[in-house]
Amino acid sequence: MNARQHFEALLAHLNAGLQAGEGFTLEYQAEASDFIRFNHARVRQAGQVQQVYAILALYQGERHGDFELALSGVIDDDLPRLDQALQRLRGVLPTLADDPYLRLNREAWRSETAAGEAVQHSEAAITQIVEAAAGLDLVGFYAAGPQYQGFASSWGAFGWHAASSFNFEFSLFHENGQAVKSNYAGEQWDAQAFARKLAFAREQLEHLGKPAHELKPGAYRAYLTPAALEELFGLFAWGFSAEALATGGSPLQRLFAGSASLSDKVTLDERIEGGLAPAFTREGPRQPLRLVSQGKAGERLVSSRSAAEHGLIANGAGSGEYPFSLHLHGGELEEGEILQRLGTGLYIGNLWYANFSDLPAGRLTGMTRFATFWVEDGRIQAPVDTMRFDDSLFDFLGPNLEALTREPELLLPSGTYGARQTGSMALPGALLSRFTLTL
Amino acid sequence: MFAFSETLQRRFAALRSTADFWSLRHVRETTERYWVRRNVARAPSFSDDAGAMLSVRVAGVEAYAATSDLSQAGLQAALDKAERLARQLAGRNLLDLHELPVPHEQADDVMPGYQRALASPAHWYELLAAESARVPRDERLVDWYAGLTFTATEQIYLNNVGARLRRAQHYVFPQLGVTASDGADSQSRSFGGTHLARQGGAEVIDELGVVGTASRIADEALQLLLAPNTPSGQRDLLLMPDQMILQIHESIGHPLELDRILGDERNFAGTSFIRQEDFGRYQYGSSLLNVTFDPTVSGELASYRHDDDGTPAQREYLIREGILQRPLGGALSQWRSGLDGVANSRACSWNRPTLDRMANLNVEPGTKRLEQLVGGIERGILMSNNRSWSIDDARNKFQFGCEWGRLIENGELKGVVKNPNYRGISAQFWRNLKAVGDASTFEVLGTPYCGKGEPNQVIRVGHATPACVFADVDVFGGAA
Repeated sequence: MNARQHFEALLAHLNAGLQAGEGFTLEYQAEASDFIRFNHARVRQAGQVQQVYAILALYQGERHGDFELALSGVIDDDLPRLDQALQRLRGVLPTLADDPYLRLNREAWRSETAAGEAVQHSEAAITQIVEAAAGLDLVGFYAAGPQYQGFASSWGAFGWHAASSFNFEFSLFHENGQAVKSNYAGEQWDAQAFARKLAFAREQLEHLGKPAHELKPGAYRAYLTPAALEELFGLFAWGFSAEALATGGSPLQRLFAGSASLSDKVTLDERIEGGLAPAFTREGPRQPLRLVSQGKAGERLVSSRSAAEHGLIANGAGSGEYPFSLHLHGGELEEGEILQRLGTGLYIGNLWYANFSDLPAGRLTGMTRFATFWVEDGRIQAPVDTMRFDDSLFDFLGPNLEALTREPELLLPSGTYGARQTGSMALPGALLSRFTLTL
Repeated sequence: MFAFSETLQRRFAALRSTADFWSLRHVRETTERYWVRRNVARAPSFSDDAGAMLSVRVAGVEAYAATSDLSQAGLQAALDKAERLARQLAGRNLLDLHELPVPHEQADDVMPGYQRALASPAHWYELLAAESARVPRDERLVDWYAGLTFTATEQIYLNNVGARLRRAQHYVFPQLGVTASDGADSQSRSFGGTHLARQGGAEVIDELGVVGTASRIADEALQLLLAPNTPSGQRDLLLMPDQMILQIHESIGHPLELDRILGDERNFAGTSFIRQEDFGRYQYGSSLLNVTFDPTVSGELASYRHDDDGTPAQREYLIREGILQRPLGGALSQWRSGLDGVANSRACSWNRPTLDRMANLNVEPGTKRLEQLVGGIERGILMSNNRSWSIDDARNKFQFGCEWGRLIENGELKGVVKNPNYRGISAQFWRNLKAVGDASTFEVLGTPYCGKGEPNQVIRVGHATPACVFADVDVFGGAA
């Protein structure tokens, strides 16, 4: 199946059948993915998934509705299914009330990106993983293949995004149950690059063999790696949603109300380039936005619906008002000085299962996981058993943020709920003067 | 119903393979969603998802290929891909599945009332608009919503040794919520959060008492905005069923999943504080704790006759009188471990493979009425309706938060408190179970959102439970 041709054929069919007073948008998402799970450095479960989904939205004046359907990729089979969806919407729309907040982008915008069409050689990658990990307790997940996203409207808008990538997220377990996690992702598998990643994880694994350092609940100096910080940003990033901010549901409402601020070291952007996400949403081309500027609230993510409902100006955010390519500016901490600047405290490789203790107050809880070490006088001493933190983002990204590392690290997405995810973050590591552990 | 079955069976019969064993699992799922927010109807959304997963076994190696192309050529292409992949993996596979038994049964599993048609979208919008309008005008009530999701699922399992298992079910997921805010603080109340869903048709809306709830939860959100924070310290904790299900899910369900115990999930969902040798002897909870895997409860989300790998499902005790009996492990995990398990090998859809999942996981009722549960507490707190959950990767150290709290002093319910949170350790928490509510406190609930697996899956799970009391729990509130 040629996804681009398939999408354009669906589009042409809809345009040809449009009735007076109607308009439509068509979203398209397809992928052909290799999914390989590993346990004990062998293949535990392996498969391939080929899927195509389209979301047809039909508009009649101020009335509208969506229909999502799975397509086969065979146009002669798919056109009748698309027609059925169209007929269902045509039957329902006259029974609906007008939508007072419908502000459809009727511009004929155009956006096309093709971020590599590399063919993924998954068999070679599997072979290398199994051979290189022999003797190790490796657990992991490899996902690879092309992905396609499209958007078009009857008003002439057209967006197309094609990318081919792989992502191998893996953990190495010590026999004592401690583990280190790593991730190797990109457009084309490189055996040497993977070997370097594996070797680095192996080095960390050696530290995990030492007896665990027992920590009591309390406040500690801590360094959070970019991967650890990603868990926290992933939890509160939806708080930039204009709707959440307008309706009391955002953990950042005190920041945007001006009653709280973050450290002036925090400058956060939503960027367009540098990630895997398309440069458009169903609202139109995405816009670069400065969400936090030197600790102060910046722009919020505003969809056209929020703009209409709350008197704001839309800025290309999708209907979910979630950032796709967050970029936290780096600071002055050199990578090589992290342990020395930390002195005595915690080096936290990953955080996990974060949630809110008190959402309006920006207070978060979660667990340490994977490669968390006790450091004394700038030297790693021992691994630390899983600990729970409970702290406010207005503290750990506020007065307790001592430094950020110089270069943000691009963290490519590994999520595969429904489809392979395309959102990413670029984050530096964060040195904190105080991070509160509770259990 | 099963309109595609005959065609699918014919196409399956025409497939050609040199694999030792192959099977097909076809899923079609249609959904209708209606939503009203702040008295304004959102556009309806409909979906129609269909596809098939072809699985093969070649010389003990299994692989799958899933496709939304259900033509003869599309199915054959998927089968060929799966077979090619299985052959490529020879020598690199973890498991040799030569001797894993395969299903032969033929059966239909159709939910009562499956054929009844749903009312029109206009009917549901009218119901939701009326409910939304019950939220009183108060400038502190800044957000409220009412929603309904109806789902119909048909699944057909076929294999090359003659099995044919078909299942047809409806699900209803109502949602109501209100947020009150004074500018600095916000407090929300909902109708069960995301934990109130049932198998069934439109009658579920009446059974659950959806209509008339909005005004109550609006009032409770306003009460919370004015309430003091939950005090910190050790108290007896009375968990209502809408929080009990989260407690069961996270600190009994996930740690008993056998694939976690076997290490498959260590890179993502995590491991377990339970070991294989614990079954049959481990003291999981107090002697009041009885937990069942029960696929027979009418209306519970994961009631079914066979799991997605074709294993017949029946009620089993996982924990009896506090002692751990058996894991949540399907046929494959049972074969790997030698442990007796349950029929819980499940997949969220056609494009994801089967795993050990929770299905219906229930705490059995005890003997105490709600008044007796409250009356037996000298210094405690009632918590209801989950809003926050976090637990470590071994499913041991947890912290959960609820929407609604009320202090209990000398056997009586006292004032409302906001931000009720508690934390504990699974391995100790259930041993402090000191009272279990009777059938009058028992509720059949469940969530459509249980996440697990690589590739990731979200699946429906059912939980039914009475209210329960736990001794000496560390409780606390929000920021000052």
